[in-house]
Amino acid sequence: MHKPSHLPRPSIYYNYQVFKPWLPTENGTQEKKQAVIVGAGPAGMVTALELARHGVASVVLASELQFSQGSRAIVFTRRSMEILQQVGVAHRITENGLPWRSGNSIYRGQQVFRMETPLDPDDRFFPMINIQQQYLEEYLHDACAANPLIDFRWGNKLVHAEQSSGNVTAHVDTSEGPYELDTEWLVAADGGRSEIRSAMNLKLEGASFESIFVIADIRIDLPYPTERLAFFDPDWNRGNTILMHKEPHGIWRVDYQLPPGETPEEALRPESLQERINAQLKMIGFEGTPWKMDWSSVYSARTLTLPQFVHDRIVFTGDAAHLLPIFGVRGANTAFQDAQSLGWHLAYVLNGISPEKLMTNHSEERVGAAREIITEAGKSTRFMAPPSRGFRLLRDAVLSLSLTEEFVRPLYHWRTSRPHEYKHSDLNSTADDNAQFKGGPALGAPPQNVQIQSNDYLLDHLGGGFDLVYVSLDQSIPHELLHALEAVKNNGLPVKLLAISDTDVKVPGADKTLFDPQQRFQLRYAVSPGGAYLFRPDQHVCARWLQLDATRLLSSLQLAVMR
Amino acid sequence: MNPTLHLDISGLEQVYDRLATAIDQAGPEKSELFLVKLALLNAKEIGRPDLFEAHIEAALKDLSA
Repeated sequence: MHKPSHLPRPSIYYNYQVFKPWLPTENGTQEKKQAVIVGAGPAGMVTALELARHGVASVVLASELQFSQGSRAIVFTRRSMEILQQVGVAHRITENGLPWRSGNSIYRGQQVFRMETPLDPDDRFFPMINIQQQYLEEYLHDACAANPLIDFRWGNKLVHAEQSSGNVTAHVDTSEGPYELDTEWLVAADGGRSEIRSAMNLKLEGASFESIFVIADIRIDLPYPTERLAFFDPDWNRGNTILMHKEPHGIWRVDYQLPPGETPEEALRPESLQERINAQLKMIGFEGTPWKMDWSSVYSARTLTLPQFVHDRIVFTGDAAHLLPIFGVRGANTAFQDAQSLGWHLAYVLNGISPEKLMTNHSEERVGAAREIITEAGKSTRFMAPPSRGFRLLRDAVLSLSLTEEFVRPLYHWRTSRPHEYKHSDLNSTADDNAQFKGGPALGAPPQNVQIQSNDYLLDHLGGGFDLVYVSLDQSIPHELLHALEAVKNNGLPVKLLAISDTDVKVPGADKTLFDPQQRFQLRYAVSPGGAYLFRPDQHVCARWLQLDATRLLSSLQLAVMR
Repeated sequence: MNPTLHLDISGLEQVYDRLATAIDQAGPEKSELFLVKLALLNAKEIGRPDLFEAHIEAALKDLSA
């Protein structure tokens, strides 16, 4: 019998709601599902919302009765916000989060590196926004609860998953005992310690670093703007690194590395936490400022991934598929991209638009992304937490030189999470003009947002299927293109035609006309009237033409869905 | 390489003495750190990772001799 706690988790800023468990006796016989998602974290819920967007119903199994303990993931990137906009929750994060774009590296009391990411008027979202994970989960859950295609089951713990051809049987435990649930596909979004992964004996590939870090959330009034603060080799913690991030509700995240040999248990003793936080406050000139602890935890830096995310009908996503270092905010931010990708790939297979091998493409693209992230993250990790004597010497030499020598300072750059470009995707067109373009996002690249009018952006209009964005000439679209698209739509392929027009007149035949008086789209996408971009359901570019014709459009669409 | 940048014997002797006294000046605790800083500054002037790599290979030879 699975008995999750009914006691609200402690927090000084978040009121945990304890949800009612879903019980098998209160619900009828369970027919076979299309998708069961194990895990109700960011990866699981974004997968459910994306699936629903493509018309696929799913069951989400949440082992506990409330959102996760502590702030956990707190920094969300612009691409994450764009993905969250697609599933309808970005506005709530914008309302309540703290946006930022600058970071500082401090050594011996001196700011040795500062990076300011410029604000592009074509972007709706800041480079980064901070909010505690409980809020993110709450907003995602509200969206799930409001969606009739999502069957959210609190207090349902997956005990075992069995695969047979075309079927997975989920053995689920509840507070009144177990039940079985058959599904065509099972999504393992059960986090870094995925029990499904362990039970299937799947091995992660990559490296684990020995260093252990403490994260502590404290409530304190500090007069700093929302920026990243990184302190290298401070007097109170020689050789190690301390990070500070501001969160909503007057909370600060303090993140520090432990000296070698210290155990997590020792480090999390209240006296130990207090001593170190006080030492950090003293160093930044706020000794004696009152503060209160909310939550603390430990983690170690790991760069590990499964070599395949899809195992017959079980798909791993988010932390269950890979463990990435926290430096560069790569955990949840990668999970959103995984989940968005999984959502449309799986929906297209389940909806019969694409053959099952489309799931192999999902796996290859996202494993490729994880490997790229691991390479990038490895560099920051080797600087933040040097893994050997040699790396430590080099890092220390750079710290020392950075006080006077400009040329080493870019080594402080922390290489923040950025979306992977699916440059080598099998879905990329072989019948387009990609090579002839002089700018704009290339094949496989994530989208570049464009502010077409005040508070009206390109990405506000994309998603839910393929989007063909066509730059219209004289407010018209050639008949052969319209006929071709009509045939494709009648054939069950969801594709929307958006016409870009520099006059405020509806373009006949387009599903939507985007009035772009300043021709911003043409500028950012390096395209002229008669040209077009084809965006996948995850808004990555899969074809682009300087001059579009029906034949090449059809063959590119077919390739993109592997038909 | 620029042939005018040749290090003649008197120049080499000057470097020899200065490096030795600087290592002593840095002290046993900090001489390694000092040498790494020096190597990075030299690498910047050399401006060629491949040449730096060749220097590393040459310096790694016969360490136990």
